[in-house]
Amino acid sequence: MNNALERSGPVLLSVALLLVWELSCKTFEVPPFVLPSPSLIAEALAENFYIIWFHSSQTLLTTVIGFAFAVAFGALLGIAVGSSRVAYTSLYPLLVAFNSIPKVAIVPILVVWFGIGSVPAVITAFMLSFFPIAVNVATGLATIEPDLRDVLRSLGASQLDIVRKVGIPRSMPYLFASLKISITLAFVGSVISETLASNRGIGTLMTQASANFRIPLVFAGLVVIAVMGVVMYMIFAVIEKRMTGWATRGATFGIGG
Amino acid sequence: MKNLVELIDVSLSYGKTLAVSNLAMKVPEGSFAAVVGPSGCGKSSLMKLVTGLMPATGGSVVVDGHEISGPVNIVGMAFQNPNLLPWRTTLENVMLPLEVVRPERHQLRARKQEFRDRAMELLRIVGLDAFADHYPWQLSGGMQQRASLCRSLIHQPRLLMLDEPFGALDAFTREELWDVLQTIWMKQRFTAILVTHDLREALYLADEVHVMSNRPGRVVRTVGTVQFSRPRGERTFLEPAFNESVMDLRSDIRSQRMPIDVKPSAPGEKA
Repeated sequence: MNNALERSGPVLLSVALLLVWELSCKTFEVPPFVLPSPSLIAEALAENFYIIWFHSSQTLLTTVIGFAFAVAFGALLGIAVGSSRVAYTSLYPLLVAFNSIPKVAIVPILVVWFGIGSVPAVITAFMLSFFPIAVNVATGLATIEPDLRDVLRSLGASQLDIVRKVGIPRSMPYLFASLKISITLAFVGSVISETLASNRGIGTLMTQASANFRIPLVFAGLVVIAVMGVVMYMIFAVIEKRMTGWATRGATFGIGG
Repeated sequence: MKNLVELIDVSLSYGKTLAVSNLAMKVPEGSFAAVVGPSGCGKSSLMKLVTGLMPATGGSVVVDGHEISGPVNIVGMAFQNPNLLPWRTTLENVMLPLEVVRPERHQLRARKQEFRDRAMELLRIVGLDAFADHYPWQLSGGMQQRASLCRSLIHQPRLLMLDEPFGALDAFTREELWDVLQTIWMKQRFTAILVTHDLREALYLADEVHVMSNRPGRVVRTVGTVQFSRPRGERTFLEPAFNESVMDLRSDIRSQRMPIDVKPSAPGEKA
């Protein structure tokens, strides 16, 4: 009974929120260009299905491409930073500085370099999402138990051996945990770029719709982004569970006694 | 008998702190040595020195006839924390050193069956053969420590270094593992150095017990244990000579401890 409640909790809460929203719009007679009711948004979604599909497929594509680059680059960067002291001390300040730059500010530069379209969106998605991946992988590598390191070093293991045998497998749970976060950030990146400079994508659609006062369509765009984000998050949560089950079973691994 | 390990006037400092100084110790090949001392006396530094993980600041560390300057690959190590890799089964954990140590790492494919048999034999001795395909989280603390012991022996090291390997275990498990270790040692006769703070453990397992002084550590006394016949067992604990040796060691170490300035205050007196 309790378990059933826990499972249906997210659905029940969402339905309740939608109901409150719908009823509030009706009772307080909120004009649709301020806050459209869920039914109006659903209507806009259905009416503009093909336009939305046209734009959202573009957003999905640029996000996934940017994210794929982020995974490859972030993992390599994380391995470098986590396994070498020199790389850590020299790269870390740079990384932090880069990460603290608002990426919106870079989009105009990207447009100058690459023109309007998919490339700036892919790059923005990449820039926003590689950082958590790199930091997490580096953490997994840097926290190898010193005793275990000694055991291997006394056998003549090189730093590369330690990274390969212990570091990389050990950082996998950290990597998969960061993918969930990063994929949602990648969506943020490509939508930002599309909003500023593109002629295709959910961001573009929303900018155009709001310029034409089609507020229900703006909200429909938001809904689509949210749904895509949640679905991708869920996909990576499932992959995480499959790949690194050993890390969540028996919380006491590695602790003597 | 030839000494496998010889420390000659060794000192080691971390920055300005002197961890050990004038440390001299000899461990004959095939013997079992124990090192005891007050906490912070540099016992762990001794581990790092003998295995070559840390170079001595002064003096020389001679292992197998050569003064060492880097990691010597004739050692196996086990620590208080079993440090098993959670994504590997017990058997795969035990076989990890073979993937790293030379020349075995290049013979993994050719000698696969032999290595596997060797690992299974070790697991059988420590009573873990039925758990070869279990993961560390499925094992108790004592079982994990047994697997760690097997891992430290799989590449047939001539020198086994143990840093308080039973320190985190309950008393029953600990005494059980003393016997497991004694059995393996009597069978394979490698040289062993056990760092511990358990005096009974030191006397029970070792041929010679070295007592270290307070920091900076050096060996102040060496106690032989030949009078306790092997294999040692429950009878050994009952021997009066054994218990006398324990008491002697205890007073040695007490006299080496840092003086503590706190005197128990008499009742009624202001604290």
